[in-house]
Amino acid sequence: MSTAELATPSPALPFWVMPVLKTVAVMGVIAAVIVVLVTSGIAPKGSWGHKILAAPFIEMREMPDLLVQTLWEGVVAGILYALIALGFVLIFKASGVFNFAQGIMVVFAALTLVGLYDTFARYGFSGTLAAYVALALTLGVMLMLAVSVERFVLRPLVNQPDIILFMATFGLARLLIGVGETIFGGSSKIMISDQLGLPKGAIDLAILGGRVTLQKIDIAAAVIATLMIIALAVFFQKTRIGRALRAVADSHKAALSVGISLNQIWIIVWFAAGVVALVTGIMWGARSDVSFGLETIALKALPVLILGGFTSVPGAIIGGLIIGVGEKLGEFYWGPLLGGAIETWLAYVIALGFLVFRPQGLFGDKIIERI
Amino acid sequence: MSDILLSVDNVSLRFGGVRAISDVSFDVRKGEIRAIIGPNGAGKTSMLNCINGFYHPQEGSITFKGVKRPRVKPHEAAVGGIARTFQNVALFKGMTTLDNIMVGRTLKMHKSFFWHLFRHGPAMTEEIEHRKYVEEIIDFLEIEAIRKVPVGKLPYGLQKRVELGRALAMQPDLLLLDEPMAGMNLEEKEDMCRFIIDVNKQYGTTIALIEHDMGVVMDLSDRVVVLEYGRKIADGIPEVVKADQNVIDAYLGVAH
Repeated sequence: MSTAELATPSPALPFWVMPVLKTVAVMGVIAAVIVVLVTSGIAPKGSWGHKILAAPFIEMREMPDLLVQTLWEGVVAGILYALIALGFVLIFKASGVFNFAQGIMVVFAALTLVGLYDTFARYGFSGTLAAYVALALTLGVMLMLAVSVERFVLRPLVNQPDIILFMATFGLARLLIGVGETIFGGSSKIMISDQLGLPKGAIDLAILGGRVTLQKIDIAAAVIATLMIIALAVFFQKTRIGRALRAVADSHKAALSVGISLNQIWIIVWFAAGVVALVTGIMWGARSDVSFGLETIALKALPVLILGGFTSVPGAIIGGLIIGVGEKLGEFYWGPLLGGAIETWLAYVIALGFLVFRPQGLFGDKIIERI
Repeated sequence: MSDILLSVDNVSLRFGGVRAISDVSFDVRKGEIRAIIGPNGAGKTSMLNCINGFYHPQEGSITFKGVKRPRVKPHEAAVGGIARTFQNVALFKGMTTLDNIMVGRTLKMHKSFFWHLFRHGPAMTEEIEHRKYVEEIIDFLEIEAIRKVPVGKLPYGLQKRVELGRALAMQPDLLLLDEPMAGMNLEEKEDMCRFIIDVNKQYGTTIALIEHDMGVVMDLSDRVVVLEYGRKIADGIPEVVKADQNVIDAYLGVAH
């Protein structure tokens, strides 16, 4: 075939347009059904149908400030879920390993930071400078972790089946918990957010006839996470190392043949995932506290990944937002019908719902096998 | 001798009990096109994999640029100046033609990663300089029209051409081509032949290639080495190899 035949480029839509359009269409249909049900009187007030399908939406319309508040909380949670999922995606893309230890790395990074600072403080070295020295040292620890993982886990297991590598990361997770508890103790700690100069307090906005409270730390989390995501995107798309990373993700042997060292790339991705884990740890830690309880939050990355697709960075972000917002809306408006606390499992249900229609996730690579 | 770029001496390669290559020796001279031929399963690709560092022979040695190599890894071979293509195209399917060939420049780019992150200063100059080189290769291979197409979408013949481009971008001293014309139609084969000769002439690149099409091999190469069941059965200029009784037997079968 001559190259000229391929010269006319097809005006292909950006890859994300179709999934978004489809989602909007499905939501439109659902909304129409609800409106018909409620206005036609099939579901009278007080009936279960009304409680599930109509009452929450009426409440949203009557108290828009509450809706905004819930959405905001959903977005913040979603961004943090996205950050955790991003750590998974980075490693999965470059090495095909589902890193079960990503959640623990979040806790481990945060614990190391707090632990180092506490040690400094015991010797009378405290304040902002000490906090940033601790931060730099924690980055060093994450780099050492990446190097050791490459040397002692990935390198000996190269070319083994994926399940073996998965089990190895499972082992890594238990090891990190053990080491973390031995060094820093099992009690929960308080994140050094003041010393790091993170804002506290809240801003009250009077809008829509009500009041919306925005925690400053949440705003900071959203801003920092966004910057981090942009930096990672630029890193992946535009830099020499980013190009090498994508090359490795596509074909190991081809990457090797052009002189890319897999070992070096693995260290880089695990370190990048470690940095993402540290940022996530600081942000979550500042909102609650630092303990191994954070691990369960890290598991929320699973539905995010199912939604977004394991190989897509934008997927991790959109997936995180959908899960975060969906979870908070569900908890606030539908939770009381089931006695509350549906937040813990709703994310998985949302992901399952998506899975029925798009098994590869919203943005994942469609798997087409040539037979 | 100074004009010998690569020398393979008494190399044997086993996989468990299977002898893929037994005691094979040959050399590649600077600037020549060297063909490795042989029936299926003769050990041609295994030989390439040894040279390239994907396999490590149990016995024998490989001397490249006058230095006897210890056990090398594939990326170290690449650093040393060996580029290759694969029998079943190994491209980065999700990336565009341009990006694929740019990846070939990875080893030539040295500017700090932080400059790259900010797309500024020396990194930008470097990127532009390499981009220029890549564009030259794209011109040379006549694939301007598919620069921005993800290579996974390209037909097979063009994918092979992009793969050649990626190998060329490495400015290799030795270029290994594993069946560069497999699965191509006549027209594509002729194009590929022309490119291989042009690469050899224009860039002065030494080429070692594996090919099944005898006509192509005999036209293209300066010297031919013939393998059968992992052993070398003939070595020399095409006219001599073509007339060799062992080679004729290996290819046509022999009456017992």
